Amino acid sequence: MEKKKELTVSAIENGTVIDHIPADKVFQVVKILGLDRVSTPVYFGINVESKKYGTKGFIKASNKYFETEDVNKIALVAPTASIIEIKDFEVVNKQTVTIPDSIEHIVKCFNPNCVTNKEHDVPTKFTVIKDAQGNIKLHCHYCEKNTTQDKLEFI
Amino acid sequence: MSISLKNRSLISISDYTPEEICHVLDIAEDFEKNPHQNLLNGRIIASLFFEPSTRTRLSFETAIQLLGGNVIGFSSTAGTSIQKGESLADTITMVASYADLIVMRNPIEGSARFASEVSKVPVINAGDGANQHPTQCMLDLYSIRKTQGTLENLEITLVGDLKYGRTVHSLVEAMCHFNAKFNLVSPVELKLPSVVKQHIKDRNLEYHQYTELEDAIPHSDIIYMTRIQRERFPDPCFATPCWRTPSPTAVCCTRCRASTRSTWTSMPTRRLITSSRHKTASTPVKL
Ligand SMILES: [Zn+2]
Repeated sequence: MEKKKELTVSAIENGTVIDHIPADKVFQVVKILGLDRVSTPVYFGINVESKKYGTKGFIKASNKYFETEDVNKIALVAPTASIIEIKDFEVVNKQTVTIPDSIEHIVKCFNPNCVTNKEHDVPTKFTVIKDAQGNIKLHCHYCEKNTTQDKLEFI
Repeated sequence: MSISLKNRSLISISDYTPEEICHVLDIAEDFEKNPHQNLLNGRIIASLFFEPSTRTRLSFETAIQLLGGNVIGFSSTAGTSIQKGESLADTITMVASYADLIVMRNPIEGSARFASEVSKVPVINAGDGANQHPTQCMLDLYSIRKTQGTLENLEITLVGDLKYGRTVHSLVEAMCHFNAKFNLVSPVELKLPSVVKQHIKDRNLEYHQYTELEDAIPHSDIIYMTRIQRERFPDPCFATPCWRTPSPTAVCCTRCRASTRSTWTSMPTRRLITSSRHKTASTPVKL
């Protein structure tokens, strides 16, 4: 029943609901997924009450489904997010995002002197390092520097 | 178990297992005894210096000549296609079609790893910016093993700029393979980065931090001094040398240049390795 109540805020017929986004990361997720540039309706909520996390944010994108690579992008800023695919107002698929072990192409290395920033034909490649507190660092395959979460910049 | 490094690049010291590192040191030892070996006869080695580094370049080029190889390349990018905006990938691909091996120095961090991925011939990293300089680390390990007779179970004291000194970080990483104990002596502002300390902890090895060298000397097998790199500091007061010279009883090993001149790991050093076990000439060293 509870799920029903959540979705009725602005139920979508077809598309994707991204739920359990940290309240302060919604706009970042919108930007990462390019939802600020689509012509289809996008609804979002911030500081919504959540039993699990206190407050949360969500995004509902009509007529939009995401590829694994996009889901990976979400995982970097919103590791607790769940991706719910809707067809004809029904949930057809629900998955939590997982932070991949390696990230390619999608994030910039923070080091301005890294070959990935100096040469235009070198795609970025990182190993994901997770510490005991759950913080994520991206270890650059090339310059071997760690990009921390606060310096994350998407390409 | 036989170790073959045929066609292997050397980009970062962490690419090599402890066995492979020791294998390289064994070969270097043999070269020291027999410097004139015609192993590179008929081979062309590219020496690509995207920034000038006289010592590093001459060390490599001398080593190549001693081994009977021929050198092509450049000592700075002046007058090359790179100045016309040629990409690194294009330069490396082109050079790899002429040469059997590429030695590259480049101020861009990660450039060596990238070069090794686009090159069909092995690449030796002769320094990629502030990132890695693995042959220098090999030389440090060689000098340590030569003076101590072993790399295992040593207590190594690292002194000076432990924050920015890339050779320190590589050496710590490499010595972690060999059950070392670390004494870290530096001003508070130049302490070893926590990432590197974490690496020591991950290996269940010990380290102690000091601000005075005297406190660490009595129980050190090796004292590794770094030059304070003035150019790194926005605040000139940190750049003022605050290190007294090591106590006169310490025995210095500054013979790296002479002892390894003939190997490809050759790298004249401005750093000072002080050994407590092995008596060599005590030479005053300017840091
Ligand atoms: Zn990088």
